[in-house]
Amino acid sequence: MFHATRQFFASVALSLFALSVLAEGNSLLNVSYDVSRDFYKDYNPVFQKHWKTVSGESIELKQSHAGSSKQVRAVADGLEADVVTMNQASDVDFLAEKGLVARDYARKFPNNASPYTSTMVFIVRKGNPKALKDWGDLVRPGVQVILPHPKNTGNGRYTYLAAWGYALNQPGGNERAAQDFVGRLLKNAPLFAAGGRDATTTFMQRKMGDVLVSFESEAELIAREFGKGEFEVVYPSLSILSEFPVAIVDKVVDRKGTRKLAQAYLDYLWSPPGQEIAAQNYLRPRNPETLKKYATQFPAIKTFTVDEVFGGWVRAFPAHFKDGGSFDQIYQQK
Amino acid sequence: MLPGFGLSLGCTLVYLSLLILLPLSGLAFKASHLSLAEFWAIASGERALASYRVTFGASLLAATANAFFGLIVAWVLVRYSFPGKRAIDALVDLPFALPTAVAGITLATLYAGNGWIGRHLESIGVKVAFTPLGIVVALTFIGLPFVVRTLQPVIEDIEPEVEEAAASLGASRLQTFGRVLLPAIFPALVTGFTLALSRSIGEYGSVIFIAGNLPLISEITPLLIISKLEQYDVVGATALAMVMLMISFVMLLVVNGLQWWAESRHRGDGLSDGEIR
Repeated sequence: MFHATRQFFASVALSLFALSVLAEGNSLLNVSYDVSRDFYKDYNPVFQKHWKTVSGESIELKQSHAGSSKQVRAVADGLEADVVTMNQASDVDFLAEKGLVARDYARKFPNNASPYTSTMVFIVRKGNPKALKDWGDLVRPGVQVILPHPKNTGNGRYTYLAAWGYALNQPGGNERAAQDFVGRLLKNAPLFAAGGRDATTTFMQRKMGDVLVSFESEAELIAREFGKGEFEVVYPSLSILSEFPVAIVDKVVDRKGTRKLAQAYLDYLWSPPGQEIAAQNYLRPRNPETLKKYATQFPAIKTFTVDEVFGGWVRAFPAHFKDGGSFDQIYQQK
Repeated sequence: MLPGFGLSLGCTLVYLSLLILLPLSGLAFKASHLSLAEFWAIASGERALASYRVTFGASLLAATANAFFGLIVAWVLVRYSFPGKRAIDALVDLPFALPTAVAGITLATLYAGNGWIGRHLESIGVKVAFTPLGIVVALTFIGLPFVVRTLQPVIEDIEPEVEEAAASLGASRLQTFGRVLLPAIFPALVTGFTLALSRSIGEYGSVIFIAGNLPLISEITPLLIISKLEQYDVVGATALAMVMLMISFVMLLVVNGLQWWAESRHRGDGLSDGEIR
């Protein structure tokens, strides 16, 4: 018994040692948001193969997935991420503020450092029984809207800003009208789901609500899970372009000597194979050729970016989602 | 003094300091970055106040339900033998073992309008999932084992002779329960209630999936804390945490006082555990 325990500890210690040796130099930790799991599961082996042919080195790629702001806090607290791949610029901004990431990280890579995009769409019941075509239909009395928490989740924040931007763009639209519009939309929400997947479960499995607002990429996952015949996707006349910024964590790569590898890992996201994998995961590729190839999958839709309408997340976040921001004001007006 | 006192006390102090005192003082230290006025503004905001009502109200309701039904469950498991008893006994621990998020998602699915339970409740006009009632359901689920597991050994310790003696002295069944059994069980019942209550107040994982999370209606305080952390406002989050800690502390103090009072009364009757035996 005693020997068995000792052997066990010895082997644990040995494997930990082996891991730590492996960890330096030719291994990367990619700290990412929750639902990018599928994308990087496809992307990592392709990059490993690519790197092997380019440099002859075998590398280890480690992934960590969780809610994006939780991930970013972990990195700030010392989680040794070589690269971060997030779903909202405000999360990378936080790391830039802490000095872990370059302040101009968005210009270190093309397209605002976002290798792919998505947009917010409506998922409605088969046959669209309530005839929901555009954001204006979602605020009609008697329509139930399912969305994740607009203040606490990335998915919910994009929905909130999409509706806000739509209202601004209407004739006579201004900030007051937009806040009123979003307030009416939120009143139609019977609940705020804990996260994107929870909202999907509530809509598809528990059959609550008339419309689910979520990322375009989520619609495909719903089809895989629940079957295509169960729902329809509606593209509103105008929506938000969600960007997914990536960045190198300077402090970590300089210490570990992994900058070259980290740079190549992120660069390759823009390569034709990388873009192809994004498209296959229903994320809109930046490469026009790839986008054209998958055109049936990505109908043309008019979008605006957070930068264009809200002056970037740096401004949008405090204005809308900090305590006392526009979201809180909606609930104080009562 | 018994040998080993110094070593074991040393272990106790180091262990408790590392696990409890150090994190708590860290919390207090973070919160001390705020001035009193700032602290008060965060702690007494409209939504914060509503969330205290939801959190502590639902926790009290759930712990009370568990005290009542947990007593029955513990009683049945100790006093009767029947086929399947071991399975039921093991079932009680399930809420301990299950990841809370799994519990929350499962409960939400069961109690939603189209769920196995929710559909029948909805037909009589009761909505559970995504209302404050759903929070009570989740908290009841996670609190049950605390009451049952605290009561079981105490009920086991009550010897049948005690009841026989009561009966032979002319006590009715109800009198035996109220004047002989309940006083012996009561301190453990209060402990179980307290444990379930404390567990409920801090619960996040299971509640979040069934609560609905609507501001002023079904927001629990831990959600507001998470919301502050989402804004990278760690100090604000600790302020709310301090408030919860203080309310919990006062509640535990009251409950402990009640327990002390019950025990001393019990002893006054000349019926303390030691003397029964």
